[in-house]
This record gives sequence, C-alpha cells and structure tokens, in this order.
Amino acid sequence: MASTLKGEKTIPTRHAYGETLVELGKLNDRVVVFEADISKSTQTYRFAEAFPDRFFNVGVAEQNMMAMAAGAAICGKIAFVSTYAVFGSMRACEQMRTSVAYPKLNVNIAVSHAGLTAYDDGVTHQAIEDLGIVRSIPNMTVVQPCDAPSTRKAVMAAAKIDGPVYLRLTRIGMPILYDAGPDFEIGKAIRLRRGNDVTIVAIGDMVFQALDAAEQLAIEGIGVDLLDMHTIKPLDQEALLESVMRTGAVVTAEDHNVVGGLGSAVAETLGEHRPTPMTRIGLQDTFAESGAYDDLLRHYGMDARHIIEAARKVMGRKK
Amino acid sequence: MLREKEHDIEKLHEIARQLRIDSLRMIHRAGGGHPGGSLSAADLVTALYFHEMNLCPQEPDWPDRDRFIMSKGHGCPVLYAALARLGYFDRSHLETLRKFGSILQGHPDMRKTPGLDSTSGSLGQGLSVGLGMALMGLRDQKPYRVFVMLGCGELDEGQIWEAAMSGAKFRVANLTAIVDYNRLQLDGTNDQVMPLEPLDDKWRSFGWNALRIDGHDMRAILDALHRAAAHDQGPTVIIAKTIKGKGVSFMEDQLNWHGVAPSTEQLEIALAELDP
Amino acid sequence: MNREGAEVTTVAGAESSDIVRNLTRWTRLLRYDTLRMISNADSGHPGGCMSMAEILTCLYFEVMRVDPRRPDWADRDRFILSKGHGAPILYAALARKGFFPVEELKSLRKIGSFLHGHPDISAPGVDMTTGCLGQGLSAGVGMALAGRHDRRDYRVFVVIGCGEMNEGQLWEGAASASHFHLDQITVVLDYNKLQFDGAVDEVCAPGDVRGRWQSLGWNVLEIDGHDIPQILGSLRQANECRGKPTIIIAHTIKGKGVDFMENAFLWHSLMDNGLLTKYVERMQHELNSDPDRFYAQCLW
Repeated sequence: MASTLKGEKTIPTRHAYGETLVELGKLNDRVVVFEADISKSTQTYRFAEAFPDRFFNVGVAEQNMMAMAAGAAICGKIAFVSTYAVFGSMRACEQMRTSVAYPKLNVNIAVSHAGLTAYDDGVTHQAIEDLGIVRSIPNMTVVQPCDAPSTRKAVMAAAKIDGPVYLRLTRIGMPILYDAGPDFEIGKAIRLRRGNDVTIVAIGDMVFQALDAAEQLAIEGIGVDLLDMHTIKPLDQEALLESVMRTGAVVTAEDHNVVGGLGSAVAETLGEHRPTPMTRIGLQDTFAESGAYDDLLRHYGMDARHIIEAARKVMGRKK
Repeated sequence: MLREKEHDIEKLHEIARQLRIDSLRMIHRAGGGHPGGSLSAADLVTALYFHEMNLCPQEPDWPDRDRFIMSKGHGCPVLYAALARLGYFDRSHLETLRKFGSILQGHPDMRKTPGLDSTSGSLGQGLSVGLGMALMGLRDQKPYRVFVMLGCGELDEGQIWEAAMSGAKFRVANLTAIVDYNRLQLDGTNDQVMPLEPLDDKWRSFGWNALRIDGHDMRAILDALHRAAAHDQGPTVIIAKTIKGKGVSFMEDQLNWHGVAPSTEQLEIALAELDP
Repeated sequence: MNREGAEVTTVAGAESSDIVRNLTRWTRLLRYDTLRMISNADSGHPGGCMSMAEILTCLYFEVMRVDPRRPDWADRDRFILSKGHGAPILYAALARKGFFPVEELKSLRKIGSFLHGHPDISAPGVDMTTGCLGQGLSAGVGMALAGRHDRRDYRVFVVIGCGEMNEGQLWEGAASASHFHLDQITVVLDYNKLQFDGAVDEVCAPGDVRGRWQSLGWNVLEIDGHDIPQILGSLRQANECRGKPTIIIAHTIKGKGVDFMENAFLWHSLMDNGLLTKYVERMQHELNSDPDRFYAQCLW
C-alpha cells in the first residue's frame, strides 16, 4: 500500500514533465514544443537543449503560442504548449477552445503552478479556476497526476491521444508515490486504500493530504476508500460509483476552487446516478494570497486535518 | 511588372465575377452571412486559388500543398465558392450553406469541409495558426507557402501583433499575410473605431516586408504575390485596399451590408449588375 | 509620423544638485530595502527591481502627486506596475513614502500580509493589481478615461517591462491610448533587454521599438534609465506633451547596482539566497558606517 514518504526527496511534477518531454522527443520526431518565455520554470529548457530545431519560444505571447501550436498540429505534429496554468487556461482560453479543441488537434497544454502550489507568487499566479474552465470545453482531456512517476506516464499517454490534453503540474515538489506503482492509465482512477466507511476522492497534490488523512482515520478505525482521480475528464464514473455503493459518503479534495473542479465533477455524477452525502474540500470560492504552501493549505481548510473533520461529519449524514 | 498574358487576367476577372455571384446566391439562400467581406475579398481569393497556389484538389491532404487560412472567417462564402469550383466538393453543397447537417458551416470548419486548411471565425487567431504551419514547413524543408487573409478590423486584436513579432523572429519567408483593407468594421470605419495608420510602417516596425496594392487590380495582386514569394528574408504582408461589397453598387462601401443577406429582389438587382 | 524623420530625443536634465542628491539617497535605500525583503522572503525577482530603482524613486519622491495619508485621494496620480514581479521595490517606495510602516516589508510573500508576491490593490498605495504581464496599460487607459470623464487632472504612470512587449494586449492598450488622445498617460519602459528566458532579441525579436510606438501615434522619448536628471527631464516633457500619450524608453541594466546581478538574466528570479544574504549584510554595514547618517536611521 502506498503511503506518503515524509522527509523523502520530493520532485515538482513540472520537472518530471520537462524530463519526459526529452524522452518523448527522442522516441518521436513529430513532437514539437512551444514556450512563452518561462522555459526554466516550465522545464522545457531541457527539450530546447536536446532538440533546438523543434523548440519554439514565442516570447510572452500565450494566445499566439496556443494558436501556433494548432497550426503545427494541423501539419501533423504532436504539439506541447507550456506556460503557467493561469495563462494557459485563461489568457489563451478562447484560442484553446476555438483553434485547438474545436478542430480536435493533438495539442497538449502542459501548465505549471497549479492552485496553491504557486504559493508565495500570490493570486495572479495561482490557478484555482482552470479545471472548471477547461473541463467545460468539449474534446478536452484533463489530467493532474500527483507525483513525478505518474506525470511521466501521463505525458507519454497525452502524446498518444489524438486530441487536446490539459496537463496540470505543480510548482513545488511532491513525494514519490508510484515508484514501482500501478499502471497509470488516463481516465482510470487509482485506488490507494480500500475501506468501507467513507470515500475520499483526491486529485494532484491533494492526494498526499488525503493519504495523511486516511492513515489517521485508520487509527480511529475508520476505513477510507481512497481514489486518486488524476483524470478529471473523462471522469472514472465506474470506480466512483463502485466505491460509494460500499461507503455511502464522499469527501473530494482538490487544490482548486470547489466550484467547477473535482468536487463539481463528482457531484454531477453522483447527482445523476447515486445521490450521496458529500463534502468538497478546496478553496471555498475565494482567492487565496501569498504565503508558504503548508500555511495556505491550513489557513484555507485544505490540509489533512480538515479532510479528517469533513470525513467524520459526512459519515454522520449517511442515510 | 509581370508579363501575365492578357487573356489570363481576363480569365481571372471572369472567375472572380462568378465567385461573387455564387457568394451572393449562397448567402441569399442561407438567409444569413456576410456579403460585404466576401465581395471585397473575391479578387484576392481568385488570384490565390486560380493562379498562385500550388494545389491538388483530387488530394486535399497532399502534404506539399500551399495552405490558405481565411482568418476573417466570416468571409467564407467566397472561399467555399472557390473550393467548389476547383472540385473539392460538389457545387450542390453551396446551396446548403449554414443549414443543419451541411459541410459548409457559417464559419470555416476544417473537419467538415474538404479543402479547408484550418478552422477559423474567431478573429485574430489565423495568423498564429498560419505561422505554426509555416514554421513546420521550414523545419521539415517542405516547399509549401502559407497565405493568411486578415480583415482590417481584425488588426485591432493584440494576438495579430504577437504573431507579427514571432513571424519576424522565425523569419518565415514562406508566410504571406493579406489584409483585405476595406476600411469598414462592424461599428464604423477603422478611423472611427480604432485607427490603423500608418499601417505599412507598423508592420515594418514589427520586422515585416510590407506592400500596398489595390486589392481589385488583378495585375497588381499577382505582382504582389510574386514579390512576396521572391522576398526570402522574412514574412510579407500585402495590404490590399479593397471596397466592401465590391461589384454590387448598392453594397459598395456600405457598412450595413457587413452581415445581412440580400432579399430576393435585391439579389436579382445584384445579379443583373454582376451578370449583365 | 515618419520613422526616418524622427529625431532621437535626448533629454537633458536641469535639476538642482540638491534634488538629485536627495533622490540618489532614496534610490540607494530602496535598493537596500528591496534586496533585504527578497532575501528575507527567500523568493522574488531582484533583477527587474534593481533596473527600475531610479525610475521609481523619481516618480514617488519627486514627480507624482500622492499623499500617503490619503491613499484613496481621488485626485492622486495613479501608478501601475505592469511588470508586477517588480513588486518589492514598489513596496519599498510606498513604505518609505509613508503609506505603511517600513516594518511591514518583513512580511513580503508571507501569509496574512498585504505585500503579496505580485501587487494587490488591497495594499495601501497600490493602485492596480498586476502580475499577469501585458494588462497594466489597458487598466491605465481605463483610469485615464475615467479621469477625463470626471474632469480630474491626475496623471497615470505605467511601468512596463521589455519582455512584456511580446504580449498582444499591450498593443491593444497602446492603440487605445493613442486613439483616445490620452496625454495624461506616461508609460516608462524599463528596457533592460533581458527577459526570463534570455536576451529580448533571442526570445522574441522586438524589432524597431521606437518606430512601433511612433506608428501607433505615441510621443516617444529615449533616456538612460539610471540617470536621474534625464528621468526627471523626460517625465516633465511627458507632462507637457498634449494630444498624445508618451512612452519613455528607459535604457536600463538588469540587476543594476549589484555586481553579480548586473546583466545576469539568471538573476531575474532569486538565484542564490546565500550570496544575496551576504551581500545585504555587507550593504547594511556600508550604509551604517556611511558618514551620511541618513542611512543609519533608516536601516531595519
């Protein structure tokens, strides 16, 4: 059973992305990368060094970058677009919708600084709306892997999908969870713990908070069914419904506004197929602020302690 | 100056006239669409599709074909008319413009219409898409050229200037932008809404080769396209002064013909002018 | 306006030596404050702060009409730091001007602080939330239009970075300011010629910067952005220009004043806090032992 490895080395998932791009570039010469002047941050500089003739830095011009990638994809390329999540999902939103998603092109939008992982850069760089925005665009696949190994697999898988993939990455380091772990498949949730008392569905960096919470709840004798829902679209409804049929209560955990993201996606499925008491952990429809990542999670009610409280409460609402 | 044979020029004039007639018929039948911008671009589209571009209608996906992007996507009727005439699809489809189930959408959809190289209609994006295509052509050492038709109102979009800057950086000599400069946008003239001049200076300051021509003078259009091809230092923009609604007296230079379909009576008058 | 015919405008300063001496002092202090803040926060963007130290000093300590006791005064001149990652030096200027206690500078990027990583309008004296490049000028156009509508005579100052000129929105804003003849807008371009990924010329050819602004109908001035008399002279000329907005192309050096930071684009962000902290300690020692006791009183 996987568990958080406190004190172990952590790796930002953007680093895993940057490294994997190079591997991908070696395997397939159709892979091209577009960048908007933050290659050292998004880690695409590694690809730029390895394949300078397939790397295009367009400067601070995200809208242009998104549509250029569409042009490249139309010419048969597998395009990766890198920027921060705020800019990829919002500044270039309409270009992503109209020039990329509508014609269903193989443009992979890999964005760093998901949610509060942008921590002290402040609100301008903390994307807390992107999952909701991107999820509502037809033809999109939306993924946030929690650690470096699953990010590697997600990048490889995204290149193979003949359509746009939004890949959400972290600024800060994440522990290694799936070192020799289960097969990662886009669209298939990973069960990290099996239990019959409450389901916790988590995505991205919040998987680690959920793991902590589940371990502490286990000490109290509460069995948590924990799902790493790394793909928010298409959502693994089968795994979700199977789990809540056994537990009858759900907590969702996301580094995102509770409006529009994982909590909303889960609520949509449960509302239609199996109404279940649930609580959404995430930013409660508020902007955050600058600060250390751990302090922000605590302050905005998103750390393991809050997940534990939410789990206890939601269990009390079971029918 | 070019030494195009006089009868070639005459032939192109005749095709442009036919494309104008087709465009108006299509828009009339659809009960909606943008006649003004289709008519202003008719001579430019004709010069590209029936003279300049290297195409293979039997094989729409031929990798070495020249590409065309109608970035001012609302001008698509004249493009559809050109594609039908070249045999990309049967002419009978022209009657289905904007109808449910049609291969001819209100704005270009590359997944539905054979011969279309991109999906467009949201102003400001086409030059970036064309730049991506041109860049791939250079990288893959393909011989194709990329042409992007821009509207003048579209130049208000900042993304155009992002693409302009990138085009200069990447020295995409295989990219030609053509501005259908009819000086009218939805809310008024360019000068009223957002002035563009000095437009050639502006493009040059972004590092482009800029040419100014009369966009209804076929000889001048062909000449400019040749000069763009000969310029190997970077991208070229052809600023083509045009008249919105060109060819139909009551539509010429009229703002209110931007996005309205002609009635049956109006169509008859227009066709009589175009086909005396 | 014809590019070829345009003269290169050099701005000679005619400032009294007292004013210049005074501003030089504040500049030195703002550099200290800024580096100390970034070292303290262990995060931030020092290079682009250092390059605009003289510019911000001239604006806040000589040119702009502001009143720290009334941060919301309706007639105050507005300032927008469009290159929002330069926030620390703006905070230093605001604190030294008296908008909030200097003590607050210790809280940069900490939870609960109003000194966010990028400027937030909730901080006293900050007129606009920024940090997403390319948006500041558009906001400035809105402020200037509102001022004209309300018959207020305040001016709007916007500082932009050179990498920011890649953003198309900047050119949307530039066209609008010119179209509406907003002569109360002055943009200062902190032209340090380095952006995050390298030299401006390598990342995205800026082309003919002067010609581009002129083709959009702007009054263009060009100065050495570390020369206080030139900065003051150009800001004054901008104030006097009628009928069109002014851009001051200020040639600067990224990391100016700190030997290991100058022109080192890796110092766009904090590279090595050990090195920076040592530098700040040394700077503190120098300021403390400076015969001008002004500095010793200001240290923190």
